[in-house]
Amino acid sequence: MLDTDAEELEIRDFIRTLKARHGYDFAQYAPASFKRRLRALRVRSGAASIAALSRRVTDEPAFLRQVLAGLSVPVSEMFRDPWVFETLRREVLPILASYPRIHIWQAGCAHGEEVYSLAILLQEEGLYDKSQIFATDLNDVALEEAAEGIYPASNARLFSENYQRAGGRHSLSDYFHARYERIKFDESLKRNVTFASHNLSTDGVFAEVQLILCRNVLIYFNDTLQNRVLQLFRDSLVHKGFLCLGSKETLAHTTVERDFDTFDQSARLYRRHALR
Amino acid sequence: MRSAKTAAPRVVVIGASVGGLEALKQVLGALPADYPWPVIVLLHTSAGYRGTRLDTLLAQRCALPVREAEARRPLEAGVVHIAPAGYHLLVEQDLRFSLSVDEKVSYVRPSADVLFESLAEAVGVGAVGVILTGANDDGAAGLAAIRARGGLAIVQDPEEAQAPQMPQAALRMAGADQVLSLEAIGARLAALPGESA
Repeated sequence: MLDTDAEELEIRDFIRTLKARHGYDFAQYAPASFKRRLRALRVRSGAASIAALSRRVTDEPAFLRQVLAGLSVPVSEMFRDPWVFETLRREVLPILASYPRIHIWQAGCAHGEEVYSLAILLQEEGLYDKSQIFATDLNDVALEEAAEGIYPASNARLFSENYQRAGGRHSLSDYFHARYERIKFDESLKRNVTFASHNLSTDGVFAEVQLILCRNVLIYFNDTLQNRVLQLFRDSLVHKGFLCLGSKETLAHTTVERDFDTFDQSARLYRRHALR
Repeated sequence: MRSAKTAAPRVVVIGASVGGLEALKQVLGALPADYPWPVIVLLHTSAGYRGTRLDTLLAQRCALPVREAEARRPLEAGVVHIAPAGYHLLVEQDLRFSLSVDEKVSYVRPSADVLFESLAEAVGVGAVGVILTGANDDGAAGLAAIRARGGLAIVQDPEEAQAPQMPQAALRMAGADQVLSLEAIGARLAALPGESA
């Protein structure tokens, strides 16, 4: 028997432990990248084996935060895929402008890069004051960091380039202060943002919104979980609401394919039908 | 237990970086239209094709259909699957692709190490790993993972490679079953399915 077979068993046991003890279900994550994250977490936390991680997560409840942070943090950037934000600005926000109040759900917000990107878009289009952004993630550590809006200064150049390519009307540096190798975004950008813990694997609808952004989250899920989450999104959207997915994500081959029209293929923007 | 050697699905995976576009055209150009195995190709964006569609560029020189790999879609026999720019590409045990935007590995995303390691775990002895020209060390650890599980490792002769570092790193860390010229790699990949039938 190869070591890898023994490891498979330890991974399955770890997933069971996390679910039984803490209610977090990673069984429906795509296994290959989950395994890579779990191995990295094992190395970072100094555990001798995945089995040792399982014991620690059982014996030491405070360790859970670190585990969730290690298993769920996608790396993002502001205005990632700038054409998507350009399309949101040019095509979607003018439609949302007709609503008296705009509600947006950023699902899987991680460190908040896209939350601030969205806030800046709304601000520049004169819609921020009537908007509410719900930014959710299952990872409390990431949510706290998202709420702080602090990023390494080494990212500023990439963020600025993306912002300009997304049709930015000013300079991105107008929105942050640079200090000690860090940039911190203006507090005012989050005055209409609610950061909240929400687990797409287990939690339900919590708001009715006109736009959902969930980018590069579904790629980590298997078919079953992806369909569950997409149904949740469908049920959270108003009639003719928008869903924006990651650049390599699609509604093709999913159970909600017929509930949406493609609004802009390259931006992965879909629009909910009327109920049939 | 893993399945017996004859039962393992065979998959060819090719990693390349600087100089890789021309090298890939030559290698893929040698494969016949009825090639019976899936082929996965990973070319670093630093190789300079950014902004151009790699599948289009390669399809001109290849008898097989060339398509970008998509999350959750199955590997297909006789199709050249291309790793999309900006995402790690992985192969799952059920021989479907998955994508991730996790941290760069070996300073790159997509990383050949990530792809090769996942394929090694998915098909074991069925993996055929190929490292071509490139100016970094990506793919060496992945090729070692393929060899550790009994898969086949082919490395482009560094003497011939436009950028020798990637083949050299692979030979240093993983070694190889064969070190060949591009022309010979194409011929070897084309001949392999007939030999294992």
